Amino acid sequence: MANYKLQINGTNYEVDVDYDTPLLWVLRDNLGLVGTKYSCGVAQCGACTVHVNGEAVRSCVLPISAVKEDKITTIEGLSENGDHPVQQAWEEVDVAQCGYCQAGQIMTAAALLKKNPNPSDEEIINGMNANICRCGTYHRIKEAVKLASAKTK
Amino acid sequence: MNKGLKTNRRDFLKIAATAGGGLLIGFNWSSCDSPKMKVVSEEEIMNSALGFNSYLSISPTDHVVIFSPNPELGQNIKTSFPMIVAEELDVDWSNVRVKQAFLDTEKYDRQVTGGSGAMPHSWERLRKAGATARQMLLQAAAKRLGVSVSDLRTEKGQVIHGSEKLSYGDLANEAALVPVPEEVTLKNTKDFKIIGTPIKNVDNRAMFTGQPLFGLDFYREGMVHAMIQRPPFGMKLKSVDSAAAKAVKGVKDVVTFKDNVAIIGESTWPLMKAKKQLKIQYEPIDGQLESSEFHNRIFDEMLDTGKGDVKREDGNVNAAFRSAAKVIKSEYQCPFLSHSPMEPMNFFAHVKSDGVELIGPTQTPDRARNAAAEICGFSPDKVTVEMTRLGGGFGRRLRADFVEEAVELSKMLKAPVKLTWSREDDLTGGAYRPAVKYRFEAALDSDNNLIGYKLRGVGINAGNCTRENNFPSGSVDNLLIESLEYKSPITTNAWRAPITNFLAFAEQSFLDEVAEAAGKDAVALRLELLDRAKKNPVGEIHYDIDRMRTVVETAAEKSGWGKKPGVSQGFSVYFSHRSYVAQVAEARMVDGKPKLDKIYAVTDCGIVVNPTGADQQVRGGMVDGMGHAMFTNMTFTDGIADQKNFDTYRLIKMNEIPEIETHFIDNGIDPTGLGEPALPPTGGAIANAIFKASGKRVRNQPFMEQEEMKNVNLGDPA
Repeated sequence: MANYKLQINGTNYEVDVDYDTPLLWVLRDNLGLVGTKYSCGVAQCGACTVHVNGEAVRSCVLPISAVKEDKITTIEGLSENGDHPVQQAWEEVDVAQCGYCQAGQIMTAAALLKKNPNPSDEEIINGMNANICRCGTYHRIKEAVKLASAKTK
Repeated sequence: MNKGLKTNRRDFLKIAATAGGGLLIGFNWSSCDSPKMKVVSEEEIMNSALGFNSYLSISPTDHVVIFSPNPELGQNIKTSFPMIVAEELDVDWSNVRVKQAFLDTEKYDRQVTGGSGAMPHSWERLRKAGATARQMLLQAAAKRLGVSVSDLRTEKGQVIHGSEKLSYGDLANEAALVPVPEEVTLKNTKDFKIIGTPIKNVDNRAMFTGQPLFGLDFYREGMVHAMIQRPPFGMKLKSVDSAAAKAVKGVKDVVTFKDNVAIIGESTWPLMKAKKQLKIQYEPIDGQLESSEFHNRIFDEMLDTGKGDVKREDGNVNAAFRSAAKVIKSEYQCPFLSHSPMEPMNFFAHVKSDGVELIGPTQTPDRARNAAAEICGFSPDKVTVEMTRLGGGFGRRLRADFVEEAVELSKMLKAPVKLTWSREDDLTGGAYRPAVKYRFEAALDSDNNLIGYKLRGVGINAGNCTRENNFPSGSVDNLLIESLEYKSPITTNAWRAPITNFLAFAEQSFLDEVAEAAGKDAVALRLELLDRAKKNPVGEIHYDIDRMRTVVETAAEKSGWGKKPGVSQGFSVYFSHRSYVAQVAEARMVDGKPKLDKIYAVTDCGIVVNPTGADQQVRGGMVDGMGHAMFTNMTFTDGIADQKNFDTYRLIKMNEIPEIETHFIDNGIDPTGLGEPALPPTGGAIANAIFKASGKRVRNQPFMEQEEMKNVNLGDPA
């Protein structure tokens, strides 16, 4: 076990865990931030996506020892009142079915739009394609990313 | 160890516990921000609400709490059920709060998510629940005002008498004392104000802000975590060396039960690490271990020589085939599939001296309760079941195996246990969609009339792998449907649209082959057969001919069937889990390869309760049907699935979906379900379009792994 200092959603945390513990499990099991989801554990589905210094990262394969001074944002901290343009768009388009993958989808979309506020259809697909939605909400995810893009203009 | 120093552990646990108990979520996310509204806390609403019946309570704050009894896994029942209650109660939807009801067999009937059956089962019950409470409010108002009920009307949570308005909240105390009326009048469907309007998912805010909501999000102080290594199919545990696993920091113990090896610890990650350190030896229970080549051989042997169970026999099939001018024969095959919901199986169980507490994602809470009661020797009333939201189910959570495991461990360890399956556990842990092979034969006379039809199917642990009364049964004079079953140690289970998820593809593709051989248009052949079933029905007919005809004709019209030069269209129609769905897929040849552009879907599910939810269910079902028809494969080597995670178990992605256009037949008939109906017809529509475009008939799934599709790139259709 080792002691790690973390900056998550603007708050400082300290945890005592093994160096190889993925950030995902620190968030969920140690810090009670359960919005970030476990689904595959091998960076193949995107349900665990968080932001590391603003970049979308798969937290299920990010060892806690690699986080260091990096600033982590999870779905809980994406906006103070749950009103990030992407969250608003997801609500307006009524994107979810089971909803389990959607936190990861939202975090991926938010990072995409930060880099590219006006993505083309192709850029949306390229940016979102690695996130699996087993319920098949892909049409509405596309629509919501476009709406969020329009909202941020 | 393992503690977050700056978080308030207790606060988190309180939040999590509330979530496990069914987090109360306001759906009126945006309207809450309105400065004009008096902010009433959710707690105040809940504490002050007076129960009128199992489905609803009314608070003096004018809010209505509606309980949704069925497990929510994405079928959107938690939104559509309360809409129906609210409609008949006649309240403003923004004053409704929805709460997931827990298992309560005294209050509710059929707390199950499966078979697209909830809506037809509960439609009238829900309406009566709302209408009964409304009647009681009217009677309370009549008494207070000294007028008769017939002088009163209701609107948006108010009883109105001329210019006088009494709110439901104001009347709640008196109304709750009114004897429950034995008969109530339901609204005329044309007066619906909430039903038929797009109401957004009541859990949106919780889902989109990461609040604890799902089974895996449940944590409780003092619980232990558990993961299990299960044996390959057909094997049993011989020995286990757990020294290395036990040495992993954070692991408390390794125990065995029923051929399972369970690792117990304080958090999830050490268990995942320790699982890889287990040295387990298994031995075959008996006979050989099964692999996919073996299954292929069994299928052919049984189709050739096995004695089929005759499911339906009309006329004289042998005579019809002897007299046939043309015979068409084809075989169709599908692999096993995992349900693979995004949230892997998990459950919380706490076996105490006087009962069991169960919390988690299940499609059948009653089955979970009975299983726990049996393991512990309690009567079922000593077991409570709280349903969390389910991160998908697709039929996998109809089983209680994961609940039983959690209960066994809690009983053994005398501690509250949260059991988590890894993705690898989920894909190798069984209860799959059964692998099936069908052999179809059709006989045409010299005028190209379909005079004989045979279907012989074999499935692995599939039960009856046919649906003998499916169209075209009833329209063919001579018909024989036979089913065979091979019993395997590989476990299977209902998978979204059980049996029909593949059968519909096979039937609708084969019908296309018949049309092709008869030189008939695919839509014209279906209409011709429906016409025959109407005029000269053969045997029993289990589908509504007129409703099926309507979706066929509407799909042809909406898609411009046969009127688009250069576009290859494929047709499919299905009476599907009580609803009717017709689909037209469109492909084009681009650079010598077929490219899938669009699929039209026309659905008759009767009254469309929630248009936004209905559109979602149809789309999702089609994407699911398409993905598994085209891409997903599961093969076996010696009793273990070869595909163990999403790197090899190939689910459909965003760049692979075509445009989808949905239509609904609004016929005012009582609503049927939508969780399954749109899935079965999709594979057939796609395969038929690919055939039109390329001349290649793909009969086995997944399409993209078949020889016919080698070098065919369906491309990025976006």
